[in-house]
Amino acid sequence: MNAADIGLTGLAASSILIAVGVAISMWRHLGLEGQLLWAALRALVQLLIVGFALQLVIDNENSLVYSLIWLAVMQLFASYTTWRRAPEVPSVFLLALIAYSASMIVTLGVLFGFQVYEFEGRTIVPLAGIVVGNSLSATVLLSRRIFDAGRERRTEIEGRLALGLSAVDAFQPVLRNSLRTALIPQIESTKAVGIIALPGAMVGLILAGVDPADAVRVQISVMYLVLGSVATTTAVMSLGISRKMFTSSDQLIRRS
Amino acid sequence: MVAGPPDAPILRGISLEVPCEGILAVAGPSGSGKSTLLRLLNRLDDPVSGSIRWDGRDITEWDPRELRRNVAMIFQSAPIFPGTVLDNFEVALPGIDLDRANHVLDRVGMPSELLERPADQLSGGEAQRMSIARALLTEPRVLLADEPTAALDTAARRTIEDLARGLADSGVPLVWITHDTAQLRRLADHAVVLIEGDIAAFGHLAELNRHGDARVRELVGATLDEESE
Repeated sequence: MNAADIGLTGLAASSILIAVGVAISMWRHLGLEGQLLWAALRALVQLLIVGFALQLVIDNENSLVYSLIWLAVMQLFASYTTWRRAPEVPSVFLLALIAYSASMIVTLGVLFGFQVYEFEGRTIVPLAGIVVGNSLSATVLLSRRIFDAGRERRTEIEGRLALGLSAVDAFQPVLRNSLRTALIPQIESTKAVGIIALPGAMVGLILAGVDPADAVRVQISVMYLVLGSVATTTAVMSLGISRKMFTSSDQLIRRS
Repeated sequence: MVAGPPDAPILRGISLEVPCEGILAVAGPSGSGKSTLLRLLNRLDDPVSGSIRWDGRDITEWDPRELRRNVAMIFQSAPIFPGTVLDNFEVALPGIDLDRANHVLDRVGMPSELLERPADQLSGGEAQRMSIARALLTEPRVLLADEPTAALDTAARRTIEDLARGLADSGVPLVWITHDTAQLRRLADHAVVLIEGDIAAFGHLAELNRHGDARVRELVGATLDEESE
């Protein structure tokens, strides 16, 4: 059997694992059967659609154009999600859009610029997906943290302003803290990779029949991409938000 | 001048000319606009309408950073920045030398060994004195104080008051918000009394003692003297 093709039978067989979850839920009266089935079904349908769409994009003669459109839609949707999860942050949609775009340009620019991957539909969409997918939660978390810090650490920030510091300098310690908090989990998980968990991309490639050594190389580039994209997105986002928190006269804007 | 949220202004059209000497106390019940007034003077906020002039110029014509270094402000709860007392001084004056740091510490009556003390280990009174020292490093020409002794015990309060008097006598006038009428009587040369966002009275303490409005007399503590007589 070709490792890359598990076929419909294989898919059906692996769904036994969902049945195990359902059985446990029923046995222990967890009441999660419905949710479990719904989640499994949703994942199946969503991924089938994505797979189908990806196939269309890759096979298309205008593959490059379609994948760039896909990339734009992905960014818009990620910005929308960021806004939904942190609506209190001023101009969050626009800032998120700028941050994700900047991150894409920097990270994909490096990967394609140095020809780590070939610039084509097959690579653009998945790599951009990794950039946005991994930056999203860090960006939401950072946005809320910076915004809340503006209120919670108001005395400290205004204390610096009152000493004649610029808004940028007065806010810098808060910004630094928030950025560190956003990046440290990413650094920790990068350190633990391979010891605690085998990363998804590598597992997928190995199961699909690729040599482990090749799979590792791909995985490493993906991990660096994740680190780079989270760092760029959060840095751009934090600078954007901190600008929105002060007036041009270096006054911390009060928000109720 | 009108200030505060446009739909519910805190200061409702006040006009005031403040003498640049001695200690001006700002008195009034909670919510009367005392802190709002002080924040305007430091340009932490701007008025909705009207203007503030200092030293002959509209304060919006000043670079806000330069203005704040000239018209410094200390708060009820002294903001403590991370690190030692010296690190806190560095925020106000980057690259400050030890002589200068010791000198300013001495000016607020603190021993030089406190320079290396983590700022978050200072007592309330010491932290407030440190924040005054920090503010003095910008060589302000006026010091704004928003109830700087409200959270302190009697001894610490008296130390800060003596310090304020010393500063005023050495040519740094203060605008000092206080709830404490006894303190106002000990400290103030002039007072402005705010009631519900308006100026109820302004003048030398001696004049306010005989003010027609009983609320003003009470807020400047004139009744304290009447009772003791």
